[in-house]
Amino acid sequence: MENAWLIPLFPLLSFLILLLIGKRLKEASAYVGILFTLASLVFSILVLFERFSEPTFLKKFDWLTIGDLHLTAGFEVNQLNALMLFIVSLVSFLVHTYSKGYMHGDERMPVFYAYLGLFTFAMLGLVISPNLLQTYIFWELVGVGSFLLIGFYFYKEEAKAAAKKAFIMTRIGDVGLLIGMILLFWQTKSFEYSEIFQAVEAGAVSNTMLTLTAILIFIGAVGKSGQFPLHTWLPDAMEGPTPVSALIHAATMVAAGVYLVAALFPLFTASPTALLTVATVGAVTAIFAASIGLVQTDIKRVLAYSTVSQLGYMMLALGSAGYVAGVFHLMTHAFFKALLFLAAGSVIHAVHTQNIEEMGGLWKKLKLTGPLFLIGTLAISGVPGLSGFFSKDEILVAAWEGGHPVLFLFALIAAFMTAFYMFRLFFMVFTGESRGQQKNVHESPSVMTMPMVVLGVLAVIAGYVNTPWFGSFLGDWLVDGNEALGHGHIEGPIWIMIAATVVSLAGIYLAWLIYGKRSIARDWLSGQGGMLYTVLYNKYYIDEFYQLTVIAFTKGFSYFLRFIDTFIVEGIVKGVSGIVQGLGAMGSKMQTGRAQTYGTVAFVSLAVLAVIFALTGGYLR
Amino acid sequence: MSSVPASAFLALALILFCIGLYGALTKKNTVIVLISIELMLNAANINLVTFSKYGLNPNIDGQVFALFAMAVAAAEAAVGLAILMALYRNKRTVNIDEMDSMKN
Repeated sequence: MENAWLIPLFPLLSFLILLLIGKRLKEASAYVGILFTLASLVFSILVLFERFSEPTFLKKFDWLTIGDLHLTAGFEVNQLNALMLFIVSLVSFLVHTYSKGYMHGDERMPVFYAYLGLFTFAMLGLVISPNLLQTYIFWELVGVGSFLLIGFYFYKEEAKAAAKKAFIMTRIGDVGLLIGMILLFWQTKSFEYSEIFQAVEAGAVSNTMLTLTAILIFIGAVGKSGQFPLHTWLPDAMEGPTPVSALIHAATMVAAGVYLVAALFPLFTASPTALLTVATVGAVTAIFAASIGLVQTDIKRVLAYSTVSQLGYMMLALGSAGYVAGVFHLMTHAFFKALLFLAAGSVIHAVHTQNIEEMGGLWKKLKLTGPLFLIGTLAISGVPGLSGFFSKDEILVAAWEGGHPVLFLFALIAAFMTAFYMFRLFFMVFTGESRGQQKNVHESPSVMTMPMVVLGVLAVIAGYVNTPWFGSFLGDWLVDGNEALGHGHIEGPIWIMIAATVVSLAGIYLAWLIYGKRSIARDWLSGQGGMLYTVLYNKYYIDEFYQLTVIAFTKGFSYFLRFIDTFIVEGIVKGVSGIVQGLGAMGSKMQTGRAQTYGTVAFVSLAVLAVIFALTGGYLR
Repeated sequence: MSSVPASAFLALALILFCIGLYGALTKKNTVIVLISIELMLNAANINLVTFSKYGLNPNIDGQVFALFAMAVAAAEAAVGLAILMALYRNKRTVNIDEMDSMKN
């Protein structure tokens, strides 16, 4: 574990190498990226297994010393960090491999792999940071990496706009995080997680301040994890290449927000108000995003909204004091959502469109992608036996036992919607008649399918590390020796599990009726509630709302500031320079170049001085 | 000899200096300006000699200094006239108003 610091450095090395000689390597640059992430993965697995038997490893050194203040840097391997290292490096490695097939033929492949390396480095660095300051640095680096990757097709206007949007929206959250961090430092005199928790436990921070800092830090997480109301960047970020969507929007960047809340969990548990905020935002986001996902027609956008919704679940779990449930769902979600994105990429790769209206009947043509997509869909819908079922059940139990019946209901409805829209997607894409004009649709190369197979297997079995039937191994390990994190497993009434199953099966059945068997007309929903359908299709007009309020206000304010700048600030500047110029012109007119004039002036001045001298008696008083 | 008071010499020097200054600052002909400068120098010389006779510590230093000044003035006049010649060859004028190349 003392070598865990190497894990983030491999992708960084890959980034640097590709930056220097990527142009010469061309397509071979893929191998550089794959090799280095493989090294990271191997180390992560070793660290994870070591962490099972050994205690937390923490190494730090003084980074900056200002007076009595020591800012440290270093790395820490606790349970959460080890698990995150494993998830991130695994998904990153698989995405690197997959991209070799997906990006084949792209001239800018070395650049793509360089960006992937940078992003992976930032994310891995983020999850082993032992203090808030270091976390913040990597947090911003992750933002930069995602900006570069989302805007990879920068010649497309939408991609450019999406990259900017993602960066700016997350920045808004980051301001909250920064302020919260500074307040926390002011109160506890430390950035170290452990020292902050000690201070909180000792009651060194007032309750108001605790709530304030926790909520401010949560705002940072809201921005990164695409929670309502800062979620709008995430669906737009689908403009990036599909492997990027799998990496950023499944396992890493959006999980960073959840990770941050989990890493600072003792801080949140100390403030019931903050916890309630987290739970509420999570539940609202879950149901809100799921409802939008019901009607979208872009395959990646449906997945994007489902990501937002699932992240809402994780927040709900954390907010209901279900630490294990949140982290558990983070893990399972990383697997099945990465699988879904990669499978979607494979579909797009085959049919060259993202519109599900133009797909259909692909089950026979994509012999491997189809079943894998089905596995992912089943997992995310919470069908018993797959990973998503166990983690979602944990969350529902946590929400119920946490005493939030309303939020529990939200989560249950969102689960129904999730099952419905995911199977709508599945039936639209894979069953029925082909609606597009695509010819020679073919399965993706094995370099793309193999990562999907790995993820498919994980999407099935990952849930069994923490089940109510075979013991909560993961949960017990995660909270081991840390009272503040709660229990490894929360016992809940059995009807919750039954309800969750019924709800998800009902969603699937309804989707099958409409899109599979077609016994209910497709426009039944849009016909019944035309208004509602339009509202959902336009994503609740959130973008338009921002356009009309925040953006309009900002623009107006900017115009006002520009007015001040051009007429007042610049006026003063021009006035000053004008006066100086005028004086200079006058002075240069006096420079006639005639020695006699100069002599006269000198003489007259001397005479004046002499008169003053005579009148004042030598000294000016 | 002692009937002429020091103030008379000083007044003479003052008058000479003022005439020289006036000439140097107002005349257009550069030769006249040079002559005026000589006048001012000689006014200063008169002061030097006066104080070597009537000063607080009368001694020969003032007169020696006056002689030096005359020698230097002669050299300076030679140089000044040479510059004037050079200027005249270039500009074809001795009018001091037109010699304003310091402006550029």
